[in-house]
Amino acid sequence: MRKLAIKELEEKAKEIRKDVIRMVYEAQSGHIGGALSSAEIFSSLFFNVLNHDPKRPDWNERDRFVLSKGHACAGLYSAMARSGYFEVSELNTFRKIDSRLQGHPSRADLPMLEASTGSLGQGLSIAVGIALGLRLDSLKSRVYCLAGDGELDEGQIWEAAMAASHYKLDNLCAIIDVNGLQIDGWTKDIMNTQPLLDKFESFGWHVLEADGHNIKDILRAFEDAKKIDDMPVAILAQTVKGKGVSFMENKAEWHGKPPTKEEMIRALVELGDGKDER
Amino acid sequence: MKNKKEDDKKIETGKVKELATRAAFGDAIIALGKKDKRIVALTADLSESTKVSGFAEEFPDRFFQIGIAEQNMMNIAAGLSATGKIPFVATFAIFSSGRAWEQMRTAVCYANMNVKIIGSHSGLSNGGDGASHQELEDIAITRVIPNLRVIVPCDYVETVKAVIEASKIEGPVYIRVSRDNSPVITRETTRFQIGDAEVFSIGKDASIIACGKMVAIALDAAEELKKEGVFAGVINLHTIKPIDEKTILNAAKETGAIVTAEEHQVHGGMGSAVLEVLAGHPVPVEMVGVKDRFGQSGKVPELMKEYGLTKEDIKKAVHEVMKRKNQKTDSLRNIYI
Repeated sequence: MRKLAIKELEEKAKEIRKDVIRMVYEAQSGHIGGALSSAEIFSSLFFNVLNHDPKRPDWNERDRFVLSKGHACAGLYSAMARSGYFEVSELNTFRKIDSRLQGHPSRADLPMLEASTGSLGQGLSIAVGIALGLRLDSLKSRVYCLAGDGELDEGQIWEAAMAASHYKLDNLCAIIDVNGLQIDGWTKDIMNTQPLLDKFESFGWHVLEADGHNIKDILRAFEDAKKIDDMPVAILAQTVKGKGVSFMENKAEWHGKPPTKEEMIRALVELGDGKDER
Repeated sequence: MKNKKEDDKKIETGKVKELATRAAFGDAIIALGKKDKRIVALTADLSESTKVSGFAEEFPDRFFQIGIAEQNMMNIAAGLSATGKIPFVATFAIFSSGRAWEQMRTAVCYANMNVKIIGSHSGLSNGGDGASHQELEDIAITRVIPNLRVIVPCDYVETVKAVIEASKIEGPVYIRVSRDNSPVITRETTRFQIGDAEVFSIGKDASIIACGKMVAIALDAAEELKKEGVFAGVINLHTIKPIDEKTILNAAKETGAIVTAEEHQVHGGMGSAVLEVLAGHPVPVEMVGVKDRFGQSGKVPELMKEYGLTKEDIKKAVHEVMKRKNQKTDSLRNIYI
C-alpha cells in the first residue's frame, strides 16, 4: 500500500471521525469518545505505518494490528473500509443485525481481524501470542496493539507486559491512548494508572511519548519504535477523548452515547463539512 | 447395534495397567510435536504437573512458560493460533477452565481459534490439595460455550487418541484429564471418534452412561450386577459436547432406565447434558456425581467414597432406577396426589 503523507493522513483522520459519528448515529448505539481520541492513530497505522495489503488480508508477512480497546471499533472499521478491506457502504451496517461489523470486533464475523476483542485487558496478551508466533516463523512482521488508559486497570495488561519483556518481543509495539477518561469519569479518580511511563519502564519496556493528535509526532514515535532491539515498545499517546467535536471533548458521557440528529449534524459541521454526508 | 463379540473387543478385561491420563497428554503431545511443527504448548508454572514438561524438553522453541498467569496464557494461545499455530494450553482444570473462563470464551471460542485446552487434576484426582485446586465444575462451564468441544477421556489410551484427534479439528477443544492413575480399559484398536459415544457393554435392565474414570468403575459395577442377575449396559460418553443424542436415546429406549456417573457436580455436568437429551423422553434417571458440595483434602479413594463415586454407589443407583422403572406409580402425577 502507498504510504500517505502527513496532510493526507490528517484528512483520513477527519474522515474516520465523520464515519464514527455517522455510524454511531445510524446505529443509535456505540462508542464515539474513544474512537475519536484514536483517529490519528488509526489513520497513521492503516495509511502509513502498517505493512499490509487490504486486498490480501491473509498475506503471511503482513504487520498485525490488535484493537484491545475494542469499543473504539467504529474507528477501526472506518480505517479498514477506507484502506480497502471492504466497501465503505458496509459501515452503515455497524451494530445492526447480521452485520460483520459487531459492536466489538469479532474475528469469526470479520475474518480479516486478528482477534475478537473488547473484553478489556485481553488484546495485549493476544498481541504477545501473535508476536511469539511470528518470531517462531522468523517473520519480520510487527504487531501493533492499541489499548486505552482506562483499560490498564485490568491486571491482565500487566501480565502481558511482563511476558512481552520476558520474551524480549521487539516486534511488538503497544500504543496507549491516554485520553484520561473512562466510563465513570477521569481515570485519575476512578483508578489511577499513572505514572504510566514509570510503570511500563519498570516492566521492561522501552517507552516513547507522543502527541496522539499530531500525525508527525505519531509517525516519529512509530519510526523510533522500530529501532529498539530486545524490548517491546509502548507509545504513550496523549489524546483528548471526543477529539474534534467541541461538545464531546473531555466528556465521559460521550464514551458510549449515540448523538441525536442535531448533535450529529453539529458534529459533522465541526469536522469540516456536511457536504459529503451520505 | 453391534454384536457382543465386537463389543467385547472394545475393552480390556481382567487385570489391567493403571496410568494417569495427564501422562497420556504428555506423551501424545510429544508424538504430535514430532509430526507437526504447528504444535506449540503453554503452561502456567505447571509443566511437571501437567506432564507438558516432556514436550518442553524436546521442543524448547515451541514451548512457552507463561508463569502463574492463566488469563494471559489463554489469550497468548489465541494470538499464537492467529499465526497458524496449534497451541495446547496446559494447567489444572480449575485454572484453565475456571480462572481463564472468560478469556477462553471470548478470545478463543467466540473467535473460534484453534486452541486446545487441557484441564488437568480434574475432579477429585488432586486429592491432597483440597477444594481450591480440585475441579468439579469444568464440564458445566465449558460445555455451555458455543464452538467448544468438550472431551472427558476414560483412560490413558483414549486420552492419547483424544489429544491427537483434537489436533486435527479446526477450532477449540477442551480435554479433561486426571492426576491420579486409573485402569487402562480401552485398547489401541478401540474406536474413538469425537462426538460418538461408545457402547462398551449392552444392557437389558438399565444403561450406565459414564465419562472419565467413572467408566471403569461403571464396568466393575455392571460386572457385579450381572452376578445378581441384573444386566446394566455401560456407555462411554467421552464427548460431552457435541453430545451423541442417538446413542443416549437408543439406550433409553432399549433399557428404559438410565444411570449417569461422573466425577463432577451433578449440576450442569455430563449427567445434566444427558438429561437435556432425554427431555421429552420420559425415562427414570439416577445421577451419580458430587451433590452440590466442595471437595476436600484426602486420599483419592477416600474422597471417591466420601463423595459417592464408587461402584457401590453406581450399583445402588442402578437398583434405584430399576425400582422406579418397574413401579407403575413412578410418575409425576403421584407427587401431586
